[in-house]
Amino acid sequence: MSGHVSPIREPLITGGKTYHQITEDICAPTERTPSTAWIIAFIISVLCLGLFVFTVAWTIWVGIGSWNLNRTINWSWDITNFVWWVGIGHAGTLISAILLLFRQKWRTGVNRAAEAMTIFAVICAGQFPLIHMGRLWLAFFIFPYPNTRGPLWVNFNSPLLWDVFAISTYFTVSLVFWYTGLVPDFATVRDRAKGFRKKLYSVLSFGWTGSAKHWQRWESLSLVLAGLATPLVLSVHTIVSFDFATSVIPGWHTTIFPPYFVAGAIFSGFAMVQTLMLISRKVLNLKDYITLQHIESMNKVILLTGSIVGVAYLTELFIAWYSGYIYEQFAFMNRVMGPYYWSYIGMMLCNVLSPQIFWSKKMRRSIFWTFFMSIFINIGMWFERFVIIATTLARDYLPSSWSYYTPTWVEIGIFIGSLGLFFTLFLAFTRIAPVVAIAEVKSILKTSGDQYIGKDAHHGHTHKPKDIQAGGTVDIDDPISGQGADH
Amino acid sequence: MADHNQNTEVLFGLYTDEEILLDAVKEANNDHLDIMDVYTPFPVHGLDPLLGLAESRLHQAGFVYGLIGATLGFGFMTWVFTRDWPIIFGGKPYWSVPAFIPITFELTVLFAAVGMVITFYIVCGLGPGAAPPRLHDRITDDKFCIAFDVTGASSEKVNQLRSFFSSTGVESVHTKTI
Repeated sequence: MSGHVSPIREPLITGGKTYHQITEDICAPTERTPSTAWIIAFIISVLCLGLFVFTVAWTIWVGIGSWNLNRTINWSWDITNFVWWVGIGHAGTLISAILLLFRQKWRTGVNRAAEAMTIFAVICAGQFPLIHMGRLWLAFFIFPYPNTRGPLWVNFNSPLLWDVFAISTYFTVSLVFWYTGLVPDFATVRDRAKGFRKKLYSVLSFGWTGSAKHWQRWESLSLVLAGLATPLVLSVHTIVSFDFATSVIPGWHTTIFPPYFVAGAIFSGFAMVQTLMLISRKVLNLKDYITLQHIESMNKVILLTGSIVGVAYLTELFIAWYSGYIYEQFAFMNRVMGPYYWSYIGMMLCNVLSPQIFWSKKMRRSIFWTFFMSIFINIGMWFERFVIIATTLARDYLPSSWSYYTPTWVEIGIFIGSLGLFFTLFLAFTRIAPVVAIAEVKSILKTSGDQYIGKDAHHGHTHKPKDIQAGGTVDIDDPISGQGADH
Repeated sequence: MADHNQNTEVLFGLYTDEEILLDAVKEANNDHLDIMDVYTPFPVHGLDPLLGLAESRLHQAGFVYGLIGATLGFGFMTWVFTRDWPIIFGGKPYWSVPAFIPITFELTVLFAAVGMVITFYIVCGLGPGAAPPRLHDRITDDKFCIAFDVTGASSEKVNQLRSFFSSTGVESVHTKTI
């Protein structure tokens, strides 16, 4: 329907689906009683969320002294977790915005869940700057508002303030983009539901009817939002990297940071998408919509961004040596061979060396290795942030103030708890909303369904409505339901 | 499209495929039938020109909102640091334009995106609690619907529409008062 499709393209929807079958398959997880696996996962997540609430309350009650930060290492797990979560929150918008602009059809299978993941990851990220302020009740000081202290304004020249604007804008725009995409799908669920669920989804679907004019505006809106979200997603991690790059700390003060952080963010975000998608497609039975082709495409992005990150690590080392500046050279010697050498090794191993297995097509299409690597990469990307933050701070200009840092149970609890927050939100999402964008998948069925393209397609059969018009019959020769397709 | 007044009688046909639908709409145009609206489970490309729908102007609204965001953001920072409370940070000028770029950019995107989304829901008449009349439950699933307003129409007219439906490969024809 929409343009020519190369015959060598692999199908993105398998199982010879009809439009109705797509609706049935994708709505099913929101309609049936949750499985035991879901209930167990949800209980564990809520327990972790409880740990989060408890450890955050403890931090606020006892004070920031309950963490092991000290005069030398004054940022550690808190900001590491913040950057880690923000980074993870980059894949969703990348998939739904940049891949929409590039007309990558495989995005339709994963964009909904990836965007949800983005929003939840940004929620988790947002907790850390607030908590690490120590005095949470004064958090509103970060917003410029007319006040009684001068009026004294916030410092608009500070990257930390840019961060406030970048992250809140990113969160808001991702949320409205995601929700607008969800509205037609909520309408699909609404029209199948009964009783209370019908009322709930009537509100959630905003009264969507599927009118031609609404679809036209909806598509126009999606395209422009994608155009806006594309520079936005690149700006967010750029600005996060400015938190470091505009300071005068050796090891942080580098111009390579913005592209290096953005590549790392996409890298870790795709790894988290893989983790969630591999579980979701199995548990929610969506293997026909999230195919090996989708997984392979994402692994290619992981390979590319992982290698960009690797080049950035090596460039940093080279430039430190080439600069002839002893403080810079020391900072990097300290990263590689200092007291935290193990986290540098972990970072190199997980982020640069191990993703190279994805040069092999067999590995890219292996569920086991993809899942294994997705976990590995997220550990590696956590180490990267820890290396940049804690290692750099541990050895400052005065050897007398050099220090070492290990987290307290409170800091570990907050980190594990933030995972609980994330998974609680994600699991709730899989129950409430269609995990795959129903309308968008239907719109690519004719160009990407396995009954139309690929080796199992029904060759030689072109579906032309003229065939049926001539007879004036209502008995439609419909290849998508598999009837009459073989003549 | 047409306003949904109370007690509009609608005659609508459900089709099973977007290509059949597109041909039917062409046929309706040839027969000079006045389509009230077309409802589909997903955006069908090629439908807009057939229905004579003008291109959406949402992106123009978005541009204006973005301009407002940029002006407000940049203007506000300028006012604060040159008029209201000038402070020297790190020996830089009061009016340090490069440092204002990130926030100006973020506010541009924020205003454009949120403004467009709100405009979209308002012009479509959608929102929490909105309940525009709906013709059939399968329209959001797998059926493609062409609807005609037949309020006070003669039986001749209705028969013409029914024969149009059956000649264009409709699956089923229904009437509903909305």
